[in-house]
Amino acid sequence: MAGWSNHTGLAIGLPIDNIDTDQLIPARFMSASRAEGYGDYLLHDMRRNQDGSLDESFPLNTNVKTSVVIAGRNFGSGSSREAAVYALADAGVRAVIAPSFGDIFSANSVNNGLLPATVSEKIYEQIIHIIGANAVELTINLETATVSLEGVEFAFFIDPSWQMKLIKGWDDIDLTLEHAAEITGFRQNRIQTAEWAWPSLVD
Amino acid sequence: MTLPQTLLDKLWSAHEVLLREDDMSLLWVDRHWVHEGSHHAFGKIAARDLPVKEPSLTFAVVDHYAPTMRNKPASGSIGRMIDTLQANAKAHDLKIFDLNDTDQGIVHVISPEQGITLPGLLINCGDSHTSTHGAFGALSFGVGATEVAHILATQTVWQAKPKSMRITINGELPPSVTAKDMALHWIAELGAGGARGYAIEYAGSAVRALSMEGRMTLCNLSIEGGARLGMIAPDEVTFDYLEGRPYSPTGSEWENAMRYWATLQSDYSAHFDKKVTIDAKDIAPTVTWGTSPDQALPITGVIPDPSRLEAKSSSAAEDALDYMGLSSGKPIAGTPIDRVFIGSCTNGRIEDLRSAASVLRGRKSKVPGMVSPGSTPIKVQAEMEGLDRIFIEAGLDWVASGCSMCVGMNGDLAKAGERCASSTNRNFPGRQGRGARTHLMAPAMVAAAAVTGTITDVRKLINEVTQ
Ligand code: SF4
Repeated sequence: MAGWSNHTGLAIGLPIDNIDTDQLIPARFMSASRAEGYGDYLLHDMRRNQDGSLDESFPLNTNVKTSVVIAGRNFGSGSSREAAVYALADAGVRAVIAPSFGDIFSANSVNNGLLPATVSEKIYEQIIHIIGANAVELTINLETATVSLEGVEFAFFIDPSWQMKLIKGWDDIDLTLEHAAEITGFRQNRIQTAEWAWPSLVD
Repeated sequence: MTLPQTLLDKLWSAHEVLLREDDMSLLWVDRHWVHEGSHHAFGKIAARDLPVKEPSLTFAVVDHYAPTMRNKPASGSIGRMIDTLQANAKAHDLKIFDLNDTDQGIVHVISPEQGITLPGLLINCGDSHTSTHGAFGALSFGVGATEVAHILATQTVWQAKPKSMRITINGELPPSVTAKDMALHWIAELGAGGARGYAIEYAGSAVRALSMEGRMTLCNLSIEGGARLGMIAPDEVTFDYLEGRPYSPTGSEWENAMRYWATLQSDYSAHFDKKVTIDAKDIAPTVTWGTSPDQALPITGVIPDPSRLEAKSSSAAEDALDYMGLSSGKPIAGTPIDRVFIGSCTNGRIEDLRSAASVLRGRKSKVPGMVSPGSTPIKVQAEMEGLDRIFIEAGLDWVASGCSMCVGMNGDLAKAGERCASSTNRNFPGRQGRGARTHLMAPAMVAAAAVTGTITDVRKLINEVTQ
């Protein structure tokens, strides 16, 4: 995964609270292979009419080049499905800015190079006010944890270790494998001190 | 002298392989569960040509896509999800609880049932309701696909230690009030994000008085309040439940384990970052009216008026009422329903089926619906007790075990506009099908809704029987 520090792109507002992972990608699409791309499933039921056609008034549909979404509180709450992040990423979204996020969703985002940027309710209101129903160009600086649009700069919060991971594009498996000896040592100690922790019925 | 420790502290330090400068801990994983949805993770390790590091600590189960009509073969993409899991389990030599095995069931139901879940373990699964296993005093949380791949490859997980919260529920629950109501009650009070960043320890006499089934329901729903972890210190109830289970330790290992498990309690005067106290007598049978689990109220309550809520909840409430087709100011009781569902890892255990059956016995359901036991052993047990007859005679479908209408991945869905009284855990828009309207409640409340065709206070039906 490539790291990144700066991103300039079009932002839209989805001022809705609790956009959970079931809305980000309804479960019925999750048997698709990632190779097919998950972008079309993003917010499927919210952005489409009952007959499956695109709702022309929905901001994501009118601005197909959107790469930043400003959304309401508790974005990505719910299930652990990483497919919710795949749907955003495959649709070209690089960052979501919201007052709060579901925990597992945030971790999944960072693992896929997508920034979950937390802002205060006040800043959220200000950004939503500036954007309104339009698509507005905005720049994210990950190093300084700031976002600027229409000449105004706002601070966002990202956990420092996640910030580093996004910038460097680190992959956890690579990092962990460097600690192989410590893991082996831990395992040996655990099997000696807590043998009961190994399943008894191993067939 | 060492500082007094919380249960979280004890479990955390017992699994910490190392602590990085940025406060991320690398934790050892004792049990890892995979299911059909784990195909992305298997794909990731295959792409790097990595094996599963600890096959004997990794278990696979067919549940999310399991057809509840076992005689009808799974169609196209659903069948393919099951085939892929079977192939991955075979390729990596993993124990699989397969579709037609006698011990199959929903991951969070069978892991305790088999004694694979134990106190003091760290348990992960690519499913957010992994918090369920905390009921045994385990450190247990859901992870995403990248983390699943990481655990498969290394048997460890990177995690920042959450803050600690204790929710104490003291006193005695009123009659017909259950663990589900305890959970919906605190979530409604604190909000769907109220426990974000915290690990919850449930304590107090009302929690101690719960069976393991009830404790699992309570911990299961921790995630709906934003917490990734919920836990309860193990006690005699825990040990009695686990003794003699197929994968439980035996002989001297059981003795050693018991000695250690007895230490798994928060020390007296241990510090919690947040403490919440609830009086059990204030909890009523609780139902959701909206599209987020915190949009819940006592069955005697009135659907709220968004304009009277705090500004930050008001637009969400408006959207929710619109989606749910409800109007504010009306009592929630009496709302007509179209369908019921009893099942899921939240409320698909034997105790749940018994409590629903006790309401349905000798009565008819006014609406169609489905009862899906949480596991195949539970199905067998329920049939031995004759519960299946009660459901069937009431006019409900008695089907095989799986996630079914909790998430609808297997195709069990409600239709657009249909209102479903459900014993599950999420009332999100579209969760049970596009446009489907879900009301979460305890199994006996679902049964009461079935009997009357409306959302109903189960206590009225119980009084009818006893009068
Ligand atoms: S029953 Fe529902 S919540 Fe439980 S594991 Fe299955 S899909 Fe997840």
